[in-house]
Amino acid sequence: MDNVAATPLLPEVREAMMPFLQETFGNPQSLHSWGDGARDALEKAREQVATLIGGGAEEVFFTSSGTESNNMAIKGMAKARADKGKHIIISAIEHFSVMNSARTLEKEGFEVTVVPVNNYGLVDPDEVARNVRKDTVLVSIMHANGEVGTIEPIAEIAKRLSKDGPAFHTDAVVSAGNIPINVKELGVHALSLAGNQFYGPRGSAAIWVKRGTRILPLMDGGIQEGGRRPGTEDVPAIVGLGKAAEIAKTAIPEKSSKFIRLRDLLIEGVLSKVEHSMLTGHPTQRLPNYASFCLRFVEGEGMLMLLDSHGIAAASGSACTSRALKASHVLLAMGISHEVSQGSMLFTMGLDNTQEDVAYVVEKLPQVVDRLRQMSPLYSKFIKEQKG
Amino acid sequence: MPVYSEKVMQHFMNPHNVGEIADADGIGEIGNPVCGDMMTFYIKVKDNRLEDVKYKTFGCGAAIAVSSMVSDMVKGKTLEEALTVTPTMVAKELEGLPKNKFHCSNLGAQALRKAIRNYAIKNKIDIPGLTDQEEPEEEDEHACET
Repeated sequence: MDNVAATPLLPEVREAMMPFLQETFGNPQSLHSWGDGARDALEKAREQVATLIGGGAEEVFFTSSGTESNNMAIKGMAKARADKGKHIIISAIEHFSVMNSARTLEKEGFEVTVVPVNNYGLVDPDEVARNVRKDTVLVSIMHANGEVGTIEPIAEIAKRLSKDGPAFHTDAVVSAGNIPINVKELGVHALSLAGNQFYGPRGSAAIWVKRGTRILPLMDGGIQEGGRRPGTEDVPAIVGLGKAAEIAKTAIPEKSSKFIRLRDLLIEGVLSKVEHSMLTGHPTQRLPNYASFCLRFVEGEGMLMLLDSHGIAAASGSACTSRALKASHVLLAMGISHEVSQGSMLFTMGLDNTQEDVAYVVEKLPQVVDRLRQMSPLYSKFIKEQKG
Repeated sequence: MPVYSEKVMQHFMNPHNVGEIADADGIGEIGNPVCGDMMTFYIKVKDNRLEDVKYKTFGCGAAIAVSSMVSDMVKGKTLEEALTVTPTMVAKELEGLPKNKFHCSNLGAQALRKAIRNYAIKNKIDIPGLTDQEEPEEEDEHACET
């Protein structure tokens, strides 16, 4: 249950891609019939992605990853407006690609305000509005968080930003293709999405940029993607992204209700079977397939290793599980202590998961936690203090 | 997940000597939950030998394997012998530790040393190898760094 890390490629998506990996190898920019075929495929995919998010096809630009889309949004939109000011606003729980892009801009003379989140990981729209200044040129708040699944009030934030105010970008990489999204209803100027989060190929992603919104390219090059994203197009990946978007658009309602049912079973099971456990993120305003917890007195990596031995894949935001050995900035921003954040555990359900899978996790996780607690000095201290 | 040696996996999946000693002769605690790893070692000393060694560990797979390995390495040894165990020796016995985890998880030898020092102070005795390698008493903040 680690579908945020990677979703398998749908057979229909692979099938759609195959001709472009084999016979139809034209360059969309070429003026001959092979090029025509590739160009048509590209434009069809653009339409499919636009339909997924309720935008115009000409507003969709293909990129190589959610990270690239976010980099392009933050750097490209802020720099395009640098003549108006050099202040940007992000939230405290953004993905590293947004956070680090903002840091890079900071080194280049921009000023960055990081708005806090509450215990559920929610950004307060009024707090965003309060921080907007005359020289604020960009606001970037994620649509949903990838560690706790909280869905942010993007439309509410957009309402509080004036028309001639800052550009508003949202990182929808973990939510696009998984919950309904309409860029007009959200009221944003740009949105990032990635195909590998909804059963499309890795290396397929896009940024939607509202018509009339200025954005500079990250790279200098030719005319591909209207000059905004030069470089020869990865036609198979783009075709795969389009197909995945088309399937996701129709599958979302059914997928959501299935996931919500499984998710709530898992949440209820874990909270009732594991003592000293808490749900992280918002109880209802969360992604349908996200069940995230902090389980006290134990550490995430040990849990993952024991779960793995039972054939269960999950994820954790504990310091020990991160390459940098640092506690999750998301959990810390939500007011969770370092100690408790060590016990972070994230299950993200996928299409293949069943009620039996959930029952299996609910059976095994308490055993794993119990085993680690039996050797945890924090737990024995806690028990002694309770008795004393 | 990290790539651990077979030896680390064995000790993690089936750690030896886990527990506490109610009437321990010495207790040594190291690490803090901010870093991610905490170990408490308990020792029972008889005729200058570590008759029993137990521990409780909060931390990653490596930290648990390190504790288990240290307890195996020193059980039955004289205090002087036990004090010669270094983190490098522990890592070697475990067939290596991931580079980034070497410092934060490899606290077993230090925790044991603290337990022996605790025993020495309580009993007002001098143990060669303990005083000449005095370590700072405060928590090792470097354990957090990589």
